[in-house]
Amino acid sequence: MKFEEFKKPTWLQMNLRAVWGRAYPRIVGVNRELSWVFFETVLPLLGVAAFVYIYKALEAPPQYIGYVIIGGAMTAYWMNVLWSMAAQMYWEKEIGNLELYLIAPISRMSVLGGMALGGMFSSSVRALSTIVVGMVVFGISLSLPDPLMFTGIFIFTMIALYGMGMMFASLYMLWGREAWHMSSLFTEPIYLVSGFYFPVKGFATMLGNPGTWIAAGASIIPITLGLDGMRQCLYPGTSDGFLPLWLELAILMVLSVVFLFLAKHSLAYMENLGKREGRLTMRWQ
Amino acid sequence: MTRYAVEVKDLNRTFVTKAVRGKSKKETVTALDNVNLTINEGELFGLLGPNGAGKTTLIKILCTLLLPSSGEASVLGHDVQKETNLIRQKINMVSGGETSGYGLLTVRENIWLFSQLYGIPSKEANRRIDMLMKELKLEHKKNSKVRTLSTGLRQKANMVRGFMTDPELIFLDEPTLGLDVNASRLIRDFIKTWMKEKPSRTLLLTTHYMVEADELCDRVAIINDGKVLACDTPENLKRMIHQDSVLKLEIRQIANVSAFNNIQGVRNFTHSHDMAAGVTNLKFILEDEAIVADIVAEVPKSGSKILSVQKTEPTLEDVFVTLVGRGLTNHEV
Repeated sequence: MKFEEFKKPTWLQMNLRAVWGRAYPRIVGVNRELSWVFFETVLPLLGVAAFVYIYKALEAPPQYIGYVIIGGAMTAYWMNVLWSMAAQMYWEKEIGNLELYLIAPISRMSVLGGMALGGMFSSSVRALSTIVVGMVVFGISLSLPDPLMFTGIFIFTMIALYGMGMMFASLYMLWGREAWHMSSLFTEPIYLVSGFYFPVKGFATMLGNPGTWIAAGASIIPITLGLDGMRQCLYPGTSDGFLPLWLELAILMVLSVVFLFLAKHSLAYMENLGKREGRLTMRWQ
Repeated sequence: MTRYAVEVKDLNRTFVTKAVRGKSKKETVTALDNVNLTINEGELFGLLGPNGAGKTTLIKILCTLLLPSSGEASVLGHDVQKETNLIRQKINMVSGGETSGYGLLTVRENIWLFSQLYGIPSKEANRRIDMLMKELKLEHKKNSKVRTLSTGLRQKANMVRGFMTDPELIFLDEPTLGLDVNASRLIRDFIKTWMKEKPSRTLLLTTHYMVEADELCDRVAIINDGKVLACDTPENLKRMIHQDSVLKLEIRQIANVSAFNNIQGVRNFTHSHDMAAGVTNLKFILEDEAIVADIVAEVPKSGSKILSVQKTEPTLEDVFVTLVGRGLTNHEV
């Protein structure tokens, strides 16, 4: 047996390889089990269609159909963060992968980054299919006068969102099944407060000051301002935006830094706590 | 001067169990109790002990997956609490019955994935995977999905994963658990070859199987209830009880063997039943050979009949029985 020596990779190279390594099963997996296409693209459209028909029945302004479609598209990323990244840590622990990730000389964020990258592939297919169906079936029209701003809003929403997911993942590393309820809690209520199917400014319009506070509070979840910003970019000239676009971009940038920082530290803290309490691996592993 | 690959000083580890309302209270369980141990660089070291003895806890501390409650441990000169990343670059671990990996991926893809966590360039990773698969006779399964593999093949794949990073120190936690004779032998031969090729390589093996420890290990530590009871070469350990006699008795099957435990001069006694053959196997470690007569006389009294009598040399299992008070696979009387 001959083990060839190889040039020792730098810290960055090693972690980038780890990201790609962990992304690989997700990317390859979706091509090997094609049933996901049905579950990830067709089924979510049914929920979106329900809101579209309600708005049509209520004769809401046409941009509202577009708002629903964009909300439906972004749901894919939110679901990916909650269930395929944060909750995935629980499964990694169950099947015995977590301890192998933890004894490897890499940053834990690389493993989560790999999950995010791999998951983004299927999420993006789901998001794009929602938008295409929205355009073809429901006839929405989208304009993009400021593509740079749109791209900025989208990218920083993703960074902040996945940073938040990494932070949640640290809880799953320790709590496992108990943290499951947290993901459930963050599903339906967040659809409501983050305005997945209506502009978040609607809270202020309907409830006055308390509504503004709800929208402001929900802005801690990056998808709230991300959705609002993307809707403002795609439907310029409407008055449904919660905050000025530049401010939303600035807040998303801050959230990106804050969540990545918190994720790094919460992962380190939880790993250390798990090592102290013996909860990083299952009893039989 | 010999460099220690592992050095453990006064190591303790306790766990606090969860309280279940109305059923059980919070409890503190001692998994490791003042363990002191050194493993030399280049040594194949065995940890022998029953379930719950503390073997896996010790390995997890050395692999940086668990913190000690008190005491110190260092791996390849690095502290397990403070220099985790330096340790992780040099070690790997394989556990018996491990189910890691992703079922949708092929064996080769799964192993490649784990190679990426160590920064091995894909070309070299694939070369190593091919080489190790050939050594472990797994080549024909390289493109099979992991979920389709049998226990034995899966364990071979785990071995490829662990050895692929060419670690300076590898921890094998019951690597042949549940494997058939051929697969176990292949893994044992592989371990021997790997150790022989580079003298600086160190291997820490935990096992239930005495024969495996006897065949492979340079030194063995016997551990029970979190305490190291003895640590030496298998030969020296056996010499510890060399003055004792080991008697094997095959008798017609009986349900109650407790009478044999009360015979004066029996240092230790284990038994097992072969239901299909209608036979009970008794094994005695005796202080004095003169007691053989008393034992033989006890057989008809207990309503049985002697089928065969054999005096044997002490094995590692006999050492274990003497120290722990029971066998690993046999019943305690």
